[in-house]
Amino acid sequence: MAETSLMHTDQMAARPAGWRGIAADWASDQRAFKNVSWGKAMMWIFLLSDTFIFGCFLLSYMTARISTRVPWPNPSEVFALRIGGSEIPLILIAIMTFVLISSSGTMAMAVNFGYRRDRRKTAILMLLTAALGATFVGMQAFEWTKLITEGVRPWGNPWGAAQFGSSFFMITGFHGTHVTIGVIFLIIVARKVWRGDFDVGRPGFFTSRRGRYENVEIMGLYWHFVDLVWVFIFAFFYLW
Amino acid sequence: MAEATANGLGQHALHGTHAQDAATTAAAHAEVHQEHPIKLYLVVWAWLFILSTCSYLVDYFGIHGYLRWSLILIFMMLKAGLIVAVFMHMAWERLAMMYAIVLPPILVLVFVTMMVLEADYTLLTRIAFFGPGP
Repeated sequence: MAETSLMHTDQMAARPAGWRGIAADWASDQRAFKNVSWGKAMMWIFLLSDTFIFGCFLLSYMTARISTRVPWPNPSEVFALRIGGSEIPLILIAIMTFVLISSSGTMAMAVNFGYRRDRRKTAILMLLTAALGATFVGMQAFEWTKLITEGVRPWGNPWGAAQFGSSFFMITGFHGTHVTIGVIFLIIVARKVWRGDFDVGRPGFFTSRRGRYENVEIMGLYWHFVDLVWVFIFAFFYLW
Repeated sequence: MAEATANGLGQHALHGTHAQDAATTAAAHAEVHQEHPIKLYLVVWAWLFILSTCSYLVDYFGIHGYLRWSLILIFMMLKAGLIVAVFMHMAWERLAMMYAIVLPPILVLVFVTMMVLEADYTLLTRIAFFGPGP
């Protein structure tokens, strides 16, 4: 009976805005998110819980970094690359940032073309997003390999505080896992779009439910979140 | 429901099970699709590039101290804001949704304060017992 509380667009205009709107939307036995589908609301709530997970990782890193007597390794030097005979600080991380931001841009446009029911452009943009995501993971694998060969371990490293390694592997590893899962799901959703599953209402292989083009937007929410987390990791771990 | 069911009965009078589908389809129309001009995304994309470059330059030019930290935080918050507001379409959602998602993470700042105090205390005891760092 969820439909009982659904509003039509003309009725939406009549609902109060601002603080009154919050009270009216949340009050009594009804659906709180008036014009947001369940799929989208649940993705947002999942992302909220994921925010706390990454929040806890960054907090534990902050606590370790503040409380150690040993100087923290300088990320600017640790992540420098030798290009053309000179050390460029943090260059690989900067490129990774641009790659991930670009993937977010292509994803946003894929969502847009999805709602215009342009199957070809949506699928191509999603596959481009997946390719950029895979590039990001590849660069991260390179970075991990470089650091491991230089002697960084979760229990120590040649440059300073031992907690540097554990924080680094934990935070970037978990983020990389998120990117990898995102790439896999991007490919799955892109295949569905390409095949026209959302046009003919073909049941999904796992849930047997008909998908809609909104699935592309929900996928996009997850992908943008991955980019969002990287913004915080970039600021706090690499730049601080 | 009343309107949706009436609709469903009209179209699928013979298929009782399909009335539910019709109801869900009618309901789906009430949910707003986020359609905005492509140009908006390109502008935000460009800004994210500019802001990322700026935060990289903070490190490249080796700015230190409070200026470094405040610049990093400003660029970080601007980028995060742009991603959430435009790419994730939060700016066009109703306040009930916005506050349900955006307010809880802000409360993490309480946790941050607690852990800063705790970490400072740990450092103090470490220095007191083991002396200043090697």
